Amino acid sequence: MPRRADISSVLVIGSGPIVIGQACEFDYSGTQACRVLRAEGIRVSLVNSNPATIMTDPEFADATYIEPVTPEFVAQVIARERPDALLATLGGQTALNVAVALHERGILAQYGVELIGADISAIKAGEDRQAFKDVVRSVGGEVPRSAVCRSVESVFAAVADLGYPVVLRPSYTMGGAGSGVAHDTAQLRRMVTAGLAASPTHELLVEESVLGWKEYELELMRDREDNVVVVCPIENIDPMGVHTGDSVTVAPAMTLTDREYQAMRDLAIAVLREVGVDTGGCNIQFAVHPGTGRLVVIEMNPRVSRSSALASKATGFPIAKIAAKLAIGYTLAEIPNDITRVTPACFEPSLDYVVVKVPRFAFEKFPGADAELTTTMKSVGEAMAFGRSFGEALQKAMRSMETSAAGFWTGSAPEGETLSTLIQALRVPHDGRLYTVERALRAGATVPEVAAVTGIDPWFVDQVLSLVELRAEIEAAPVLDGPLLLRAKRAGCSDRQLAVLRPELAGEDGVRALRHRLGIRPVFKTVDTCAAEFAAATPYHYSCYESGGAGVGGEQAAEDEVAPQAGRPKVIVLGSGPNRIGQGIEFDYSCVHAAMALRDAGYETVMVNCNPETVSTDYDTADRLYFEPLTFEDVLEVVAAEQRSGTVAGVVVQLGGQTPLRLAQRLADAGVPIVGTPPEAIHLAEERGAFGRVLARAGLPAPAHGVATSYDEAKAVADGIGYPVLVRPSYVLGGRGMEIVYDDEHLASYIGRATEVTPEHPVLVDRFLDDAIEIDVDALCDGVEVYVGGVMEHIEEAGIHSGDSSCALPPITLGRSDLATVRTSTEAIARGVGVRGLLNVQYALKEDVLYVLEANPRASRTVPFVSKATAVPLAKAAARIMLGATIAQLRTEGILPARGDGATLPVGAPIAVKEAVLPFKRFRTAEGHGLDSLLGPEMKSTGEVMGIDTVFGKAFAKSQAAAYGSLPVKGRVFVSVANRDKRAMIFPVKRLADLGFEVVATRGTAEVLQRNGVSATVVGKHGDGPGNIVELIHDGQIDLVVNTPWGNSGPRIDGYEIRTAAVSRDIPCITTVQGAAACVQGIEALIRDEVGVRPLQELHAALRAGRSDIPGGAGCVR
Amino acid sequence: MSEALLVLEDGRAFRGSAYGAVGEAFGEAVFATGMTGYQEALTDPSYHRQVLVQTAPHIGNTGTNDDDAESGRIWVAGYVVREPARTPSSWRATRTLDDDLTAQGVVGISGIDTRALTRHLRERGAMRIGVSSAGTDEASLLERVRAQPGMLGADLCAQVSTAGPYVVPAIGPATRRVAAVDLGIKRMTPRRMAERGIEVHVLPATSTADEVLAVDPDGVFLSNGPGDPATADAAVALTRALLERRVPVFGICFGHQVLGRALGFDTYKLRYGHRGINQPVQDRATGRVEVTAHNHGFALRAPLDGPVDTPFGRAEVSHVCLNDDVVEGLRCLDRPAFSVQYHPEAAAGPHDAGYLFDRFVKVMADA
Ligand SMILES: Nc1ncnc2c1ncn2[C@@H]1O[C@H](COP(=O)(O)OP(=O)(O)O)[C@@H](O)[C@H]1O
Ligand SMILES: Nc1ncnc2c1ncn2[C@@H]1O[C@H](COP(=O)(O)OP(=O)(O)O)[C@@H](O)[C@H]1O
Ligand SMILES: [Mg+2]
Ligand SMILES: [Mg+2]
Repeated sequence: MPRRADISSVLVIGSGPIVIGQACEFDYSGTQACRVLRAEGIRVSLVNSNPATIMTDPEFADATYIEPVTPEFVAQVIARERPDALLATLGGQTALNVAVALHERGILAQYGVELIGADISAIKAGEDRQAFKDVVRSVGGEVPRSAVCRSVESVFAAVADLGYPVVLRPSYTMGGAGSGVAHDTAQLRRMVTAGLAASPTHELLVEESVLGWKEYELELMRDREDNVVVVCPIENIDPMGVHTGDSVTVAPAMTLTDREYQAMRDLAIAVLREVGVDTGGCNIQFAVHPGTGRLVVIEMNPRVSRSSALASKATGFPIAKIAAKLAIGYTLAEIPNDITRVTPACFEPSLDYVVVKVPRFAFEKFPGADAELTTTMKSVGEAMAFGRSFGEALQKAMRSMETSAAGFWTGSAPEGETLSTLIQALRVPHDGRLYTVERALRAGATVPEVAAVTGIDPWFVDQVLSLVELRAEIEAAPVLDGPLLLRAKRAGCSDRQLAVLRPELAGEDGVRALRHRLGIRPVFKTVDTCAAEFAAATPYHYSCYESGGAGVGGEQAAEDEVAPQAGRPKVIVLGSGPNRIGQGIEFDYSCVHAAMALRDAGYETVMVNCNPETVSTDYDTADRLYFEPLTFEDVLEVVAAEQRSGTVAGVVVQLGGQTPLRLAQRLADAGVPIVGTPPEAIHLAEERGAFGRVLARAGLPAPAHGVATSYDEAKAVADGIGYPVLVRPSYVLGGRGMEIVYDDEHLASYIGRATEVTPEHPVLVDRFLDDAIEIDVDALCDGVEVYVGGVMEHIEEAGIHSGDSSCALPPITLGRSDLATVRTSTEAIARGVGVRGLLNVQYALKEDVLYVLEANPRASRTVPFVSKATAVPLAKAAARIMLGATIAQLRTEGILPARGDGATLPVGAPIAVKEAVLPFKRFRTAEGHGLDSLLGPEMKSTGEVMGIDTVFGKAFAKSQAAAYGSLPVKGRVFVSVANRDKRAMIFPVKRLADLGFEVVATRGTAEVLQRNGVSATVVGKHGDGPGNIVELIHDGQIDLVVNTPWGNSGPRIDGYEIRTAAVSRDIPCITTVQGAAACVQGIEALIRDEVGVRPLQELHAALRAGRSDIPGGAGCVR
Repeated sequence: MSEALLVLEDGRAFRGSAYGAVGEAFGEAVFATGMTGYQEALTDPSYHRQVLVQTAPHIGNTGTNDDDAESGRIWVAGYVVREPARTPSSWRATRTLDDDLTAQGVVGISGIDTRALTRHLRERGAMRIGVSSAGTDEASLLERVRAQPGMLGADLCAQVSTAGPYVVPAIGPATRRVAAVDLGIKRMTPRRMAERGIEVHVLPATSTADEVLAVDPDGVFLSNGPGDPATADAAVALTRALLERRVPVFGICFGHQVLGRALGFDTYKLRYGHRGINQPVQDRATGRVEVTAHNHGFALRAPLDGPVDTPFGRAEVSHVCLNDDVVEGLRCLDRPAFSVQYHPEAAAGPHDAGYLFDRFVKVMADA
């Protein structure tokens, strides 16, 4: 059946910012959808507020709306675009919920827009927990007993019937938001309100617990002819009770017989048909009782999900791409399998390898957060690995995590562990539980014992035991000989792990040298969807250790499937690994752009990455894909494989964030050609001492600083500099452990808390620049010329991590002379360091002095934002520069504008505002309280959005709507600010009062406001008894909170309850003076005029037109 | 773990570890791509005289049990895997797979690059193979491999068939009686019929038309089985006799080839066969695609472009494999007979094709 002729335009909804539970997998799926639809000649319009996505690149759609993914804004887009159909099943839960809202508000009917993929009734049957249970029962399946509740009372009534423990699961949510397990009444009481609030329909399912059962997921596809295929069964190693997103998972399923698997498959298909997902992908989760095989259905997602991305990457079956084709009417049998090219997509992939996914957590960023893994997803990213055995895949995945431990035996074990403490620790699911399993087995625990306390299937525990045994053998062997080393490599052990076990080999390099001497090298196999039954046309590879054939004609090397390619020079782009706070989708964006630009420039592009969620690991992105850990060892072997198969022109290390950057020097030392900024120059920017000298030579100021290894030394430094100071340990990256210290007492407490302060790891003490404007710059340098990509002015003052603060581009308050200084400073740094490619510099402007905070000789988090705000593909330009192009050349080619740069945007250029999205809602303390949402120098956000419009107020309002839901335009604002902020707060609060807001404030703040003619009602603080502010917030009586903290560090910070209450009620909570001012502008914009929508293509066209009016070249403002 | 050696007739060899029984095994090397169902595969009589290469890397994870075997013994001649499980885990497991292989004297090899071997077989075609854990060198093992008979011309059904007739009672009241000619039948097949109220009389492969008709069947089922269908003259003659009498016939796999031959079509050997549980087959009448279990090294040559005349009226190709357009089903338009090349009983494999047994019931009802 050919594609439907009645669809000529489709609106695709993206998933908005990266949040826990909804990450870049939806960029991957959305990008595929856009590609497919456009290739079919369909007009594609797109809404997504996340600028760091590939899908929002203007060339991926006909009209790209970087606008909030809310019903209000999407309705405006529909009114403008009048699409024939709406595709919401590829944009995660966010898109699905917006689609439902648009239907309910009658917008779809009003504009005659058809929902394709899944219709409303299917979405409801899949997402409404009770409706779904009815569906399962109607096809003869089993579900846990449960009751749907809409009030606290009904929850307690239900529990009386079900008995503890119970599981709470809100409807229409994802990532387990608001869900949890209650073992007793006290726990239940704490969880109910949050659970009801988490559901957009205020519906909570109270369910019989099946904790400890085995958990499985199936990914299915269905076409309009009712053909159904199961793409992949995924088994969770962590049992029920740990969210699948937080579980270590494996594909294919390892511990099911065919009968059990087919029973699951039959039920899944029956449920899918009954729910009525017309076309596309869906995911169904099951629990299996380990002792009886009883099978129950847990949930279904009638859309492409995180697991679909995983399944796509694990099998080579591109679920989202095919879902998009099915949505416009093709059938599975008509769609070719991309990988074999000769067989159709209507089949079920067969794997001849094992895939393991390991989640990446960020608990260290959220002190106080309960690190127990539960039904609420808490991981911020994941890495996946392939191997020819489970052990190999598991160990590769573990070393892909970018944590301090890179696989078994590489980290330090907690002191004083005994078998019994280990067993005790295993009872509570936690980050890195497999490490604990290994140590417990090593301490003598048996497989049944470990299986019993963890609920992990004995087969997996035994796999870990076999590694424990291998370790013992390696340690005991007189020498590490060839056969034993090969066995260790086949089991997935890295050189680094082996170095730990064999100290005489003098570290990882020694192990590698031995290994290479013995000729033990990995070979690369192909992900081909069919277990080698058909030839694969797509170079999608993974490494493994195999032994060769011993042919009669002589020894044969192990078979390697990397095809020779001598024609074009290759460029290898190293990706950024698992998403984590500080290093997310933005870096993937730059890597993908490099692949696109370099392919266009005639190179063969090779991508290396291990993050299954990303566009970079789509086999369509680069010419070749290696799904591999980004460790030195693994990268080196990929480079060797590529060198064997052709000529490697260079390896790109500066686009994937810190991960590849950290490998630069060692790769260069190993003879690998690094393109772009050379490792020596990277060192100049990264090492504080060296960078200090670069600045000194250029005459650029930096905050005064010193180092200390004790309190006394720190105090001496602080006295010299003057408080406040910024302290941080020298051995961590990404703002970890950074604090602003205002006095001796806090300094002492910081030093006391900072473990491991030694002469090798001193504490760095910097002058903290109070009340300074932070400025972020992304620039390109070709060795001579500098192109300033964009200058971003932070809205919050310096002291709030650049990743967490909102910012505006072009800068909204900086003067011409400030900009000129920014330019000359950036140029001096770029040249002083010797940058070839991208450079990011952070400045603080205080009292007209521009201090340099840091410089990163790599792509930054803001590259995609800047690229979209200024209509210039910075990462593409950077990739070209790294391979020798000059800025002048790129200007003539049209990749960079002919004249001007990002600091000389024409008057009338749109204003883009970036806002960060924070995950506080996901975490709870062990006692069940919320976490403080206060921001500081340590980054905590998971993602970001962009609001773009003609004036700052509108752009800011959009950014808030996209990040948090809309700013209020009326109602009650609560204000409570620190003394030092009181003066600055008067004007914005007065303005709010003028705009009709009712003001309530704590006593001190209220007095100041009243004295300035703003009437404010006094409310009590938390603990002040009934009617206090926290109660009012919980009651829904407050619409906006403005609360700046009193203290600035230390464990207890005032206002904590207020802020957590605001977070749990989802009302905007402003914690800085500058944020409040911006907020007022946004509210005014909302009140004054309609905030409209405009596609990026239009904004960019206007920008380009404006640019041609700029006289002269880049240096015009100098 | 002691060493083992695998040699293909073209000289390619692999060294690995002994698995299962120690000794030597010969047969035709074939690979199967199913990710589940090793116990069913091992006990499938169609694998008689074949050395099975599993592409799924982990084998034996769920051990073996008393329910999942498809016949009374393991039939594969030898077994090639990458990673055998040392500790199985399944609530139904009663033994390890290694136990079964050893107890039944099945020689295996583990730890070899099964993907490289599979790619080799895919490119060069199925061929003779030898596996040894009894310590021989490559050259001498190769010599013995080359001395083995090939699969072309092998007449094997009688070797795997039941010695005498037996009855599988219907589940619930019996509404029909079927004579199932055991050319290598799997246990799930009579069970699928029994589930539909059929009393199944399983008869030896050598049964004559008179013996078959003696049970007074409503229909006759021709099972799967091993070997070259070109040798199955007796079964072809039987089928012709049944067609002559307009007895409803349903054939699967080898039985499908037998029906095809009875209608006058030829069979041929595929380069490396279809063995897996993920094969897309399209029902040409409805356009629907089913994901099916296959185990066949031979196939029928029949025209895809519409019905043709046969000695028993018109017949047409009803099903094709979407991967390679191999004929996967036949339907007689003027006789109550049809067949599929694959395994609707699906053990192991997806149950998408189970409807074919319903179709058989209907054909019998309409006849
Ligand atoms: N009845 C239950 N008993 C125990 N654990 C459960 C139960 N229901 C769900 N879970 C656990 O909670 C996790 C999240 O639940 P799920 O319904 O899948 O929510 P989400 O929509 O966030 O994926 C599951 O992955 C599973 O581990
Ligand atoms: N001397 C300083 N004065 C004020 N704020 C600072 C100072 N140094 C750093 N910061 C703040 O801390 C944040 C993180 O510091 P930075 O050195 O950029 O670390 P990272 O490597 O994590 O980006 C900056 O974004 C800035 O807001
Ligand atoms: Mg789920
Ligand atoms: Mg920084």
